[in-house]
Amino acid sequence: MADATIVALPSNETQANLHTTRKAPEITLTAAPARPRVGLFATCLVDLFRPSVGFAAAKLLDEAGCEVLVPPQTCCGQPAFNSGDRVTARDLALQVMDAFSGCDYIVAPSGSCTGQMVKHFPELFDEPKLAMRARAFAAKTFELVSFLTDVLKVTSVEATYEGRVTYHDSCSGLRELGIQSQPRALLATVKGLELVEMNESDVCCGFGGTFAAKYGEISDTIVTKKTANVSESGAPLLLAGDLGCLMNMAGKITRQGKEIDVRHVAEVLAGMCDEPPIGARKETRR
Amino acid sequence: MTLHPTTPDFKDNAHRALHDPELQKALGHVQHGFIYKRQSAVERLPEFKTLRESARDLKDHVLKNLDLYLETYERNVAAAGGQVHFARTSAEACETIVNICKSHGAKSVTKGKSMVSEEIGLNAAIEAAGMQAVETDLGEYIIQLRGETPSHIIAPAVHLTKEQVEGDFRRVHTHLDGARDLSEPVQLLTEARGVLRERFLAADVGITGANFLIAETGTSIIVTNEGNGDLTQSLPKVHIVIASIEKVVPTLEDVSLLLRVLARSATGQDMSVYTTLSTGPRRETDPDGPEHYHVVLVDNGRSAMLGTEFEDMLRCIRCGACMNHCPVYHAIGGHAYGWVYPGPMGAVLTPSLIGVEKGGHLPNASTFCGRCESVCPVKIPLPKLMRHWREREFERHLTPAVQRFGLKIWAFFAKNPGLYSFASRAAMSALAWLGRDKGRFASLPLAKGWTDYRDLPAPQGDTFQAQWRKRQKEARR
Repeated sequence: MADATIVALPSNETQANLHTTRKAPEITLTAAPARPRVGLFATCLVDLFRPSVGFAAAKLLDEAGCEVLVPPQTCCGQPAFNSGDRVTARDLALQVMDAFSGCDYIVAPSGSCTGQMVKHFPELFDEPKLAMRARAFAAKTFELVSFLTDVLKVTSVEATYEGRVTYHDSCSGLRELGIQSQPRALLATVKGLELVEMNESDVCCGFGGTFAAKYGEISDTIVTKKTANVSESGAPLLLAGDLGCLMNMAGKITRQGKEIDVRHVAEVLAGMCDEPPIGARKETRR
Repeated sequence: MTLHPTTPDFKDNAHRALHDPELQKALGHVQHGFIYKRQSAVERLPEFKTLRESARDLKDHVLKNLDLYLETYERNVAAAGGQVHFARTSAEACETIVNICKSHGAKSVTKGKSMVSEEIGLNAAIEAAGMQAVETDLGEYIIQLRGETPSHIIAPAVHLTKEQVEGDFRRVHTHLDGARDLSEPVQLLTEARGVLRERFLAADVGITGANFLIAETGTSIIVTNEGNGDLTQSLPKVHIVIASIEKVVPTLEDVSLLLRVLARSATGQDMSVYTTLSTGPRRETDPDGPEHYHVVLVDNGRSAMLGTEFEDMLRCIRCGACMNHCPVYHAIGGHAYGWVYPGPMGAVLTPSLIGVEKGGHLPNASTFCGRCESVCPVKIPLPKLMRHWREREFERHLTPAVQRFGLKIWAFFAKNPGLYSFASRAAMSALAWLGRDKGRFASLPLAKGWTDYRDLPAPQGDTFQAQWRKRQKEARR
């Protein structure tokens, strides 16, 4: 779809864009329908543990002019892929691609699951037809915040949050997808919000999927360093873009009895902080 | 005899490391010093990104033509008056080196820093043959006094504090004044230098590793910061270079490319203090140098990696950046990995060299955070290669049974969305009800690996998909 539009545009500038940026957002927009059909891949953790993040993502997409669809879904297959079970990973990749076949874009509130779909789905198939399909799927799949800023060119959000927050860069989003400035840019437009950077915000929190349970003691050491950096920042609210990392950090923070709330960045950007923070009880909302 | 791997006991090793206060204190330095220095060095060199790509391409080219370059190298070493010995295994390499030493009636052998000599267990072989092996790199010298192995490939004693080193020097250097002041690192350095000077002069054979071997000239190159390599290779009458086969590069020009990324990635220096080239024995016009020059090229499993998904690993130039940036290495240090090569590069290389049956923990003990790959000067996709090991394990049913079983159950549900929806709704509703008071679980059966260390946040209630469907239905009404 995007390709056809590019060919139709004769300008040299567009040609230049084609060579310099793989996912030239302007081009995608030109080709996109006025109200793009966005398949929300909620991710299994959001689906199971924190539906409010899914609703926050849907609200942000809706406000940015998208039609939001939620096809029946389970998991992107990353746990199988990272456990060495390629067969199951392939089956689940095909299942995801089938489920979202009618969407203009696929968007997930997670850099990790998006990384699996964008970077690793294409690695799973040697058959040319399937490989091509996986690449085409990857090209229209985005992490939520980067989709808002890079593709839809959203520059600000209508939300208010009074207080200081600190942001943890989840590894896959940061290193597989280059997500670092985007959430910060949008957070800067939340009224009343002050972002304070913690030390080593780009260092792993120790989650690593099954790693957290298989090598719990090592994972614990890593997350303990992370929560120390969070504390040191002085911010009473920790944000990140991946529920796996968030549950790990929140679980450690409550175990340590620290007075720090933990939320997914989408909740703050959507102005939906009514639910208690991750791992907190209802009446102790801070 | 290769150093006996304790890799199968990785979890116990890690547990001990995490509860070793001296080690934890020492590891604090790795975490910050190396990272900051590398970052500053990279920022000073705008073309660093391009250099990494060129370095990767160069090493790939070499690996595709390794036979050609090794033969060229061998020919040019011979032309310079030296001799190349090929060793398929650790045992062959040790035997070759011990025989060379014996043929010269050696009693004392000095050594520059060499990881491959650790890999083949060279010191033990030399001592078993009745000769003395003396490590001359300061870090290596310290750990040799302690009967330890390196915990880092470029900073072998990084796991120690200066107080520990002071204790070792007082214990071993009994000929010196007991009341001397050793509280400052420079005092430790001066003392080691004095002791080692005697050893350099007494050595019959000097053994060095090689950072690179140049095919076109038959030259070997070492980079050091202490100059110990120069004294090791130029004072004794015999110089033996030990290197693994993938160290060869075509030309001197190519080496200059790799040198530009090596020290910056390793220590954040633009160049190491000494870059020493050696080509053959002393020529007639040379004022000094060794009379005999041997090179022992070690395969020990590397040629079996060529043409496999693990070939990328042979690009490694041993800078240590991957371990310097690894959160797991920062937590447990190098010894816990249980064999010669720690950190992410060790997690890929160790199973290749000692077998995944023994080394299987290492590629699993990674969060796949990807920081290693992002700093690797030759762009080795380390997480991907670790994942390939996990795939090999899974194919061969080496993955622990509990994990396989769990994966199987999970996959069954994940592949059946209808059933998944039903089961997940029931499970989450139950969990939400159980955790309704606290919003989290301090312990949960089947999740002890998690809840032993941190709480498990309770789910909010019904699943997102079920709630979404309900709202869509209501909206349509």
